[in-house]
Amino acid sequence: MEIIVRMETVLETRALIKRYSDLTAVDGLDLRISEGACFGLLGPNGAGKTTTLEMIEGILPPTSGEILYRGEKIGRKFSEEIGIQFQSTALPDFLRVHEVLKLFSAFYQKHMSLNELKDLCDLGDFWNRDASKLSGGQRQRVLLALALVNDPSLVFLDEPTTGLDPQARRRFWELVGLIRKRGKTIVLTTHYMEEAYELCDSIAIMNHGKIIAEGTPNDLLKQHFHGISIRLPKGGGFNLTPDNVKGAEVFDRGEAFEVLTEDPNTTLQRLIDLGIPLKEVQIRSRNLEDLFLKLTGKGFHHEEASRADPRA
Amino acid sequence: MKKLLALIHARNLEFYRDRSALVWTLLFPFIVLAGFTYGYSGKKEALLNIRASGPGLTESSLIKKFRSTPGMDFQITTDEPAAIKKLSRYETDLVLKADESGKKFTYSLNPDSDRGKLAERLLQAAVEADSNPRAELVMVEVTGHKIRYADWLLPGLLAMNIMFGSMFGVGYVIVRYRKNGVLKRLRATPLSAFQFLLAQVVSRMTLMVATATLVVGGAMVMIGFHPANGVAGTIIDLLLFLAVSSAAMISVGLVVAAQISSEEVADGVLNLMTWPMIFLSGIWFSLDGASPWVIRISRMMPLTHVVKGLRAILIDGAHFSDLMPEVGILLVITAVLVTIGSALFKWR
Repeated sequence: MEIIVRMETVLETRALIKRYSDLTAVDGLDLRISEGACFGLLGPNGAGKTTTLEMIEGILPPTSGEILYRGEKIGRKFSEEIGIQFQSTALPDFLRVHEVLKLFSAFYQKHMSLNELKDLCDLGDFWNRDASKLSGGQRQRVLLALALVNDPSLVFLDEPTTGLDPQARRRFWELVGLIRKRGKTIVLTTHYMEEAYELCDSIAIMNHGKIIAEGTPNDLLKQHFHGISIRLPKGGGFNLTPDNVKGAEVFDRGEAFEVLTEDPNTTLQRLIDLGIPLKEVQIRSRNLEDLFLKLTGKGFHHEEASRADPRA
Repeated sequence: MKKLLALIHARNLEFYRDRSALVWTLLFPFIVLAGFTYGYSGKKEALLNIRASGPGLTESSLIKKFRSTPGMDFQITTDEPAAIKKLSRYETDLVLKADESGKKFTYSLNPDSDRGKLAERLLQAAVEADSNPRAELVMVEVTGHKIRYADWLLPGLLAMNIMFGSMFGVGYVIVRYRKNGVLKRLRATPLSAFQFLLAQVVSRMTLMVATATLVVGGAMVMIGFHPANGVAGTIIDLLLFLAVSSAAMISVGLVVAAQISSEEVADGVLNLMTWPMIFLSGIWFSLDGASPWVIRISRMMPLTHVVKGLRAILIDGAHFSDLMPEVGILLVITAVLVTIGSALFKWR
């Protein structure tokens, strides 16, 4: 089964604003999400991702703006169509996994059978366990199953793999793939750029309540970066300045120098000519992480932050 | 309906599996009851309670002497039948009635009460010491079934149990759900606030009625308690009144839980509300002799009406339909507080 992303817009926000007394959390957001797509909303903490999601989910009333589902304003019925996995949710105390799922499926008119959910989300090993006694990965799978009890056409995942170990995270991604194959549209927020790259067809990067970049991950990378990054750990007694590596950019990253270049052959030759030891060199192409840091300015490198932040 | 049943079932399971709450709800009344059955030695505020009526009372020098006995609470009443009733419940020790001449006194006492007998001796001594012509004394024994303090206390303990179970069981749990995000998760489903609150109320009402009934059954086995109308004649009235009572107490919990999102705050507020009710709603002792302001405060407390109604059913053999003031007040409290609670209710 292939994943088909159709062009029809399933969800749209128009000039969505959420204002608190002293803060504008979401500042005029226009989003379009295509049917069957996996849409990633990225941004640093406090960028307004969760606020945006909660307004769309109908949990938080917007200050102004519109949210349209298949061209119509969302209403009470919308909750039948969507499945939500919150960032942090406790489950009712003293209930077992299958009891929690049964409880939630009673709230909806339409539902997926419990056995199907058990297989799909791989809950068999802890089906009868107290929901408060699960590991992080198991818990996230239960929460995902909860998001799917009503067989929704739209699934919201708010930082679904935060706190999971890499193996559990991989496993969760596979699950998301399975769900997509069922034709569901997914809206995802995440801190992990690798996750966004792996799962999302299109992403939007948010900062200070606004979208600052939008597109497919590869388009965005092409648009913002040319060339590759060469990382040289310090300690070899050498020094690099922008002047001695012509045609490349040089940054002091504290423990290492980073050289950005569009012509790696020439630049590497130049570094060899300078007598710089390449024993511990790391060469890689620019990834979403770099893009995120560049656009949001929320990095650990102050000079990049001040250079990239459009507000600075 | 399906949503409701599922939610009620889930909530019942939660209660059942929360062992500490279950054990506490069932054990607490017995612990206190046992303590009072074997340890309680009587009311502390006055040594003897005397109620008196009749025209010749104020003139009599013998009465003046009698009522000046230290530790005696001597009150003049116009409602003699009520005073006689209190006699049978140990709420008063001796009831005195004077005729017009002030020379003939009829007194009633409970033959099972030592304090009543003590009061009788004091009265006889006062008559003997009085100047001629000697006053005439006539004794009347109050009969009827015996009510021990523990019997009298049981309805009060039931009421207290209902109060704690209802206010904390609903109030505290909703606050915890709000704090840990369960409410937020439910908010994202098609469930309405009304359905959610109704399920909490119905689930808790069922549990409170069931546990209170079990406690009465336990008291019958453990301390030989007997409802005035027997089991068959009491059960329906008791169940109905327990339902009305727990509804009222739960609705207090709903208002407390409507907006608070900290368990500690909820705990404080609930304690602040429950403890005054424990002392001022007539659980432990009758408030008859209390000052008018205490009585006024007491009447504003829902628990007072719960205690009164339960005592009327279990001790006096009243029927549910006889309890219209109490039932009416409790229903009004429920309606008003549920309305306020749902209006103020916040999912987050």
